[in-house]
Amino acid sequence: MKTMKPFIFIIILAILFFPTLCSSQEKSGPDLKIIVDTVWVLITAALVFFMNLGFAAVESGLCRAKNTVNILSKNVIVFCATSLAFWAVGFGLMFGDGNPFIGLKGLFLLGVDNSPASGDAYHGIFSSLNWTGIPLFAKFFFQLVFAGTAATIVSGAVAERIKYFSFFFFSFLMGAIIYPIPGHWIWGGGWLSQLGFKDFAGSTVVHSIGGWSALAGAYLLGPRIGRYGSDGRVNPIPGHNLSLATIGAFVLWLGWFGFNGGSTMAADPQSISLIILNTNMAAAAGGLAATFTSYFAIGKPDLSMLLNGLLAGLVGITAGADGATVLGSIVIGFIAGILVVYSVIFFDRVRIDDPVGAISVHLVNGIWGTFAVGLFNQEGGLLYGGGLKQLLIQMVGILAVAVFSLISNFILWKIVQGVMGLRVSEEEEVQGLDIGEHGMEAYPDFSLKA
Amino acid sequence: MKKIEAIIKPFKLDEVKSALTKIGIQGMTVTEVKGFGRQKGHTETYRGTEYSIDFLPKSKIELIIPDELVPQVIENIERAAKTGKIGDGKIFLSPVEEVIRIRTSERGKEAI
Repeated sequence: MKTMKPFIFIIILAILFFPTLCSSQEKSGPDLKIIVDTVWVLITAALVFFMNLGFAAVESGLCRAKNTVNILSKNVIVFCATSLAFWAVGFGLMFGDGNPFIGLKGLFLLGVDNSPASGDAYHGIFSSLNWTGIPLFAKFFFQLVFAGTAATIVSGAVAERIKYFSFFFFSFLMGAIIYPIPGHWIWGGGWLSQLGFKDFAGSTVVHSIGGWSALAGAYLLGPRIGRYGSDGRVNPIPGHNLSLATIGAFVLWLGWFGFNGGSTMAADPQSISLIILNTNMAAAAGGLAATFTSYFAIGKPDLSMLLNGLLAGLVGITAGADGATVLGSIVIGFIAGILVVYSVIFFDRVRIDDPVGAISVHLVNGIWGTFAVGLFNQEGGLLYGGGLKQLLIQMVGILAVAVFSLISNFILWKIVQGVMGLRVSEEEEVQGLDIGEHGMEAYPDFSLKA
Repeated sequence: MKKIEAIIKPFKLDEVKSALTKIGIQGMTVTEVKGFGRQKGHTETYRGTEYSIDFLPKSKIELIIPDELVPQVIENIERAAKTGKIGDGKIFLSPVEEVIRIRTSERGKEAI
């Protein structure tokens, strides 16, 4: 307690003088709304950044001990690569002024921009973001952590067999090309946004796009050795640390309050309160649905399915967290939790090996969440008397992103494959990528090997 | 002198150890082992698929004892390790030719 005393004293001083500080700033500095909005966006961006740890923990926990160093490395390098790629190219292609299909200005974040001026007062090259009154660097940082999330989704689906540097190279292409272009259509003022397509925090932009890349990667790589028997049998490859996976799932859940809560890019009290509550309820309903679905469908309430289920609920509510009611969010999350279990079983049946369920969580439920906006949005949703219009627009968006993603992913994955190969050697895969790719082990003083 | 090797359920190890130290046994070697007998393995499920665990974890105790203690040691291991359910394990008894204590070069019974 002794060491706390100075801090408490400072805090009391701050509280006493805070009103004076504020009033003195009103005359010269930015107005209070800009300050509060900026702080809100940066705090929520930090929460979204924290999701990198969530992904790292979930993925390494659900894979084998012999690949842990590799998975952790991938999860770190993917954010490093995306940071540079999105700064140099991605942000400009996504939010820069251009045509309905691609942004053409703002590479390296260069160009005119008078943010935090907003609306008609805004003059600059990122007019698609003129609706939020915060500085450009805050806008960029918030969008950057989203790009990082989309790219990191891929890591889990291609785990335990992809070459480290091939993954790194692909992450770069993802942050520079695959993510920003359809992102421009939806968030950058492109043709889908003009059509009225709604994707509040990115069920499509972040999760489906990441999911499509994950699907293409997992398909081109093929399953892990021994995953599917020649007699059609599915051989489970249990994750090595479900405690770690659970920590990761909770970190993601926490991070998602920033993911959805910050997507208003303004600290609007009513709206962010509803969004964060909706986000939580969908996750809870998703976990609930998944645990019971796995109990009834496969006999036991599998923990990994429960974790996938709550994440599915979160992905599902991402597109509609601003426009759904609390009850609507619960229904969206609940359906997501059911979908994810059957989706995991389905992808195993068609022999697409996804060690952590990334495709089922992010792609399948990204599509579901986007579709659900057409049903549950209080303005224009089918269930609220809005007719079919919004639902059809949502379906156009889902389809357009699917076509673009499949084509661009296959081309770019093939380029990576041609330049440096995708898959490690059979010998390396059996021994573990930790030794083969990195020359080290995550648990060198554990003797058990399997 | 005889050697006793007992394969037992791991959670019975502490009980067996105290049952043996009670009658004056002064040392033993314990190894974590895996194997199967009539109990065979068991099945687990992961993400919707069942798979079998063929080798179950067991503890193996090895100790060398003078001939006259054999009946008592076997009886104590049996009593402490028994649950009555399949998979309780086995006890093997075999002759030992010589025992040497490295520190003092003692031979035979004195070295046990």
